[in-house]
Amino acid sequence: MPRGLAILRPLTFRMSAMTSLPDLVCPAGSLPALKAAVDNGADAVYLGYKNDTNARNFAGLNFDARTMAEGIRYAHAKGREVLMAINTFPQAGRVADWQKAVDGAVDQGVDAIILADVGLLDYARNRYPQQRLHLSVQGSATSYEAINFCQREFGVRRAVLPRVLTLAQVEHVIRNTSVEIEVFGFGSLCVMNEGRCWLSSYACGESPNTVGACSPAKYVKWDKQPGAMETRLNGILIDRFGDDEPAGYPTLCKGRFDVQGETYYALEEPTSLNVLEILPDIIKIGVRAIKVEGRQRSPAYVTQVTRTLRAALDAAASTTERFHVKPAWQADLAKVSEGSQATLGAYNRPWR
Amino acid sequence: MTGTLTIPKFRLPPLVSAIGRKLPQWPHALVLVAGLNAALKMKLLPESELALLEDKLFRVRVLDTGGEATYTYRGGLFRPVFNAQRQADLAFAANLSAYLQLLARQEDPDTLFFKRELEITGDTELGLIVKNMLDAVEWPSLRQLPLLRR
Repeated sequence: MPRGLAILRPLTFRMSAMTSLPDLVCPAGSLPALKAAVDNGADAVYLGYKNDTNARNFAGLNFDARTMAEGIRYAHAKGREVLMAINTFPQAGRVADWQKAVDGAVDQGVDAIILADVGLLDYARNRYPQQRLHLSVQGSATSYEAINFCQREFGVRRAVLPRVLTLAQVEHVIRNTSVEIEVFGFGSLCVMNEGRCWLSSYACGESPNTVGACSPAKYVKWDKQPGAMETRLNGILIDRFGDDEPAGYPTLCKGRFDVQGETYYALEEPTSLNVLEILPDIIKIGVRAIKVEGRQRSPAYVTQVTRTLRAALDAAASTTERFHVKPAWQADLAKVSEGSQATLGAYNRPWR
Repeated sequence: MTGTLTIPKFRLPPLVSAIGRKLPQWPHALVLVAGLNAALKMKLLPESELALLEDKLFRVRVLDTGGEATYTYRGGLFRPVFNAQRQADLAFAANLSAYLQLLARQEDPDTLFFKRELEITGDTELGLIVKNMLDAVEWPSLRQLPLLRR
C-alpha cells in the first residue's frame, strides 16, 4: 500500500505536528477483528496464518488464504497497511513450511513480513529483495547493534522492541539506528523475555518459539471448587482465585507460588501495559509505530482499544504541549486489561 | 460495537432464578439450537472447526434466570440433549447481561472471564475453538436474516 494514502486521514494534525505521528498497529485474529481495527482508526493491522508459523497459533484463530485475501483487500481499500507475522522459529525438518509461509505472504501482497528467525530473514531477503521486512519482537533485539546487524545483513526496515527497555533506552536505540522502531503501547504483559522464554516448555513441552502458543489450551484446566477456581497447566497448580478475585491467563509467569512458606505472584501479577501517560514522550523521541497486543482477543477488544488509542494519538498530535490523558480513555482500557490493572512496565523504571 | 444500543451490566433479582430453576428447561435448549442451526444454514460457521465439535456435549447456564440448555453437534446439526448421561465437555455459566453483551460484540469474552463474569469449565481447547469460531463469524445485519426477510 502506498503510504501516501494513510497520510490523508489525519491530515489536520500531520501538518501541525513537529514530529510525525507513530502508526497505530492493531491485532487481527479474525476477519471481523481486522475490519474492527481498520474501521476504528488503525494505520496498520497485523495477522498470521492458521498454523504454527506465527506466535498466536490458537485453535480457531487466524486466517486462511481466502480470509487473508479478503482482509488485505479491505485494509488496502481504506488505505491501511497489512503486516504478516511469521514470527516463530522453523522446527527441525520443517524449514520448508516456514519458507512457504513467506512465499504466501509475498503472493498475497502484504505490506511487510514480521520475522524473528535469522535463517528465515536470510531466505526472505535473498528470494524477495524488494519485500519489506520487519524484525519481530520475538527476534529479541534490544540493542541498536543487533538491529543494525539485521539491517546490514537482511535489509530489515523496522524492528519491534522487546518490552524490557526504559524510555531513555528506547530513545538511545532510535538515535543510533536508521531502522524504524516500533514499541508496544497496550496489551497483556508476560515476563517479556520475548523470543527467549521457555517457561511454557518447562510446564508442557511447548512454547511460542516452537509451536506458536504459550501455555496451549489443551494443557489448561479451569477447575471449579467451592468458593474458588483452580488453574492447572499440564497438572501443575498455577493459581487459585477466590470468587471475587480477577483471573489472568494460565501462564507460569502469572502464577502464585509457595516461596519459602509464602504464597504470592513470584514472577509477576496479571497486568496490562498501557502507555497513554507517556504518549507525548513516545512521539517526541521518534517512535515510528505503536503496537497493540492481542490477536487472541475478540473484535470487541480490538474495537475498544483501537478507538481509544486513535483518539489519544490524535489528541497528542494536535496539542503536544498540553496533552491530558482523559479519564474515559483510561477507564475503557482498564476494562479490557488482563487483571483489570495497568502499568507503564519497563518504560518508566528508574533503573536499567 | 457499532450500533447505538448499549447493553448495561445487570443482574436479575434472585427470585427470578429461584422460579426459573423450577420451570421446564427444554424450551431454552430448543431456542438455542434453532439459532445455531440457522447460523449453520447460512453457512456462517466454518466447516473445518465444526468438525471438531462432533459429538461434544455443551452446557450453557444463565445464572440469574435459572435457565440452562444442553446440546450437542452431530451429523451436521446442533441437537438438544434433554437428559444428559454424562458431564458436559464444555460448560459456560454467566448472567444474562454477559451473554447479551457477548452476542452484541460489546464485550470480549476474555474481559468477562478476567472479571469473573463468565465461567468456562471443561475442555479448555474446545472452549477456545468455540470462542474463536464465533469471533470469526461475520454476522449479517438484521434485515439480511431469512426470518425477517419478506
